[in-house]
Amino acid sequence: MRALDLDYMLGLVPVILSYVPLTLFMAVAGMVLALILASLLAVERVAKVPVLDWFVVLFISFFRGTPLLVQLFLFYFGLPQVLSFLTQIDGVTAAIMGLTLHFSAYMAESIRAAIMGVDRSQWEAAQSIGMTQAQMMWRIILPQAARIAAPTLVNYFIDMIKSTSLAFTLGVTEMMGAAQKEAAGSFLYFEAFLVVAVIYWVIVEALSQGQKRLETYLNKAFVR
Amino acid sequence: MIEISGLTKHFGGAPVLDGIDLQIEDGERVVIIGPSGTGKSTLLRCLNFLDVPQAGRITIGDVTVDAARARKADILALRRRTAMVFQNYALFANKTAKQNIMEALVTVQKRSKAEAEERALSVLAETGLAEKADSYPAALSGGQQQRVGIGRAMALGAELMLFDEPTSALDPEWVGEVLDLMRAVAERRQTMLIVTHEMQFAREIADRVIFMHGGKIVESGTPSEIFGAPKDARLQRFLKRVEG
Repeated sequence: MRALDLDYMLGLVPVILSYVPLTLFMAVAGMVLALILASLLAVERVAKVPVLDWFVVLFISFFRGTPLLVQLFLFYFGLPQVLSFLTQIDGVTAAIMGLTLHFSAYMAESIRAAIMGVDRSQWEAAQSIGMTQAQMMWRIILPQAARIAAPTLVNYFIDMIKSTSLAFTLGVTEMMGAAQKEAAGSFLYFEAFLVVAVIYWVIVEALSQGQKRLETYLNKAFVR
Repeated sequence: MIEISGLTKHFGGAPVLDGIDLQIEDGERVVIIGPSGTGKSTLLRCLNFLDVPQAGRITIGDVTVDAARARKADILALRRRTAMVFQNYALFANKTAKQNIMEALVTVQKRSKAEAEERALSVLAETGLAEKADSYPAALSGGQQQRVGIGRAMALGAELMLFDEPTSALDPEWVGEVLDLMRAVAERRQTMLIVTHEMQFAREIADRVIFMHGGKIVESGTPSEIFGAPKDARLQRFLKRVEG
């Protein structure tokens, strides 16, 4: 057994930190796109549009039923062999695409459950005043579903931040990739990956603080 | 003028509404009474298609809808000529009292925000809840929520107001204030169709009382006819039970 090389670790921190913006960019872009796609999928699952519903069920089934890593490899290495125009796609874009599709499948199910959890009377009141389906969804149901789904969605966001590390396997130099390169030079693998782990942990903890504020905000209408 | 003919609704087997015919004059206040499960609420809910009738015709003002062939646009048109007050208030939980009233004015009637807000505040003043404009439903008592619910319906300026047992879910202490507000609405000769178990209230404000039983209108008349000289044996038994 040997002692940890603390100086090396401290020196590595700013190097790894310089990749935090890329990690956050992939996670935030993936989350925003996944939220939009998941909301559309969830609304469709509730409305059950003929034919379309079948495709949505298939989509959700596939992206929930296969590992994210396999999906990323399929997009980045596999699809370009079949669809030639995809050769232009860089690793970051492919990673964001993969994260979006994968997480939207999970999030669609929790948003769907949240929509169904909104009290029946809210739907009826919206209908009784003559709202269209779209107005009802957008103005009454989804805002209330957001409150129900928020804790789960924040969980998915945390998972998404950590999953950006898989972009490393597509040749993207993000936090994990940078640590790998550094460690390959110094052979101090334990130190390098420990620094990465701690930085991920700190980011997620900071986010958990944000979660409390978000939930307080979403609950403000429901406090007696 | 509201005209309903042959309105029929069944959930699977036995009919809940068995060919209802009913005309309501403008400004008329009609109260529906009858035992539970005889289709009173379903009748109201079929008029704005919260429940979908299988057959019959509904005319409200300039809109006529044939239930068997109702399209989305027909249903929206009916809903925009009616306003409903729910038993469980059904205020939008994510909106304040004021926003609850503004919502349809802005989203459905396409009025400006400023105009809608002005209208909402004046309606809230009439309901006696001006100081609760920015409160969310969760922070209001049952009686206050129902008064906002009535305010939301009043603000629409609908041809027909539907009241589905508006005091049944209330603690007894709040019933009075809600009935008072409904009296105020009735005094303006707003066309109202009310399902209620408040017989005293029915006597007071109704132009006509309808007794429903088994999905049919069994007897119909002025309050003094219905309460003073009931003809049908089922109505006599019902009144004996509810009036003791």
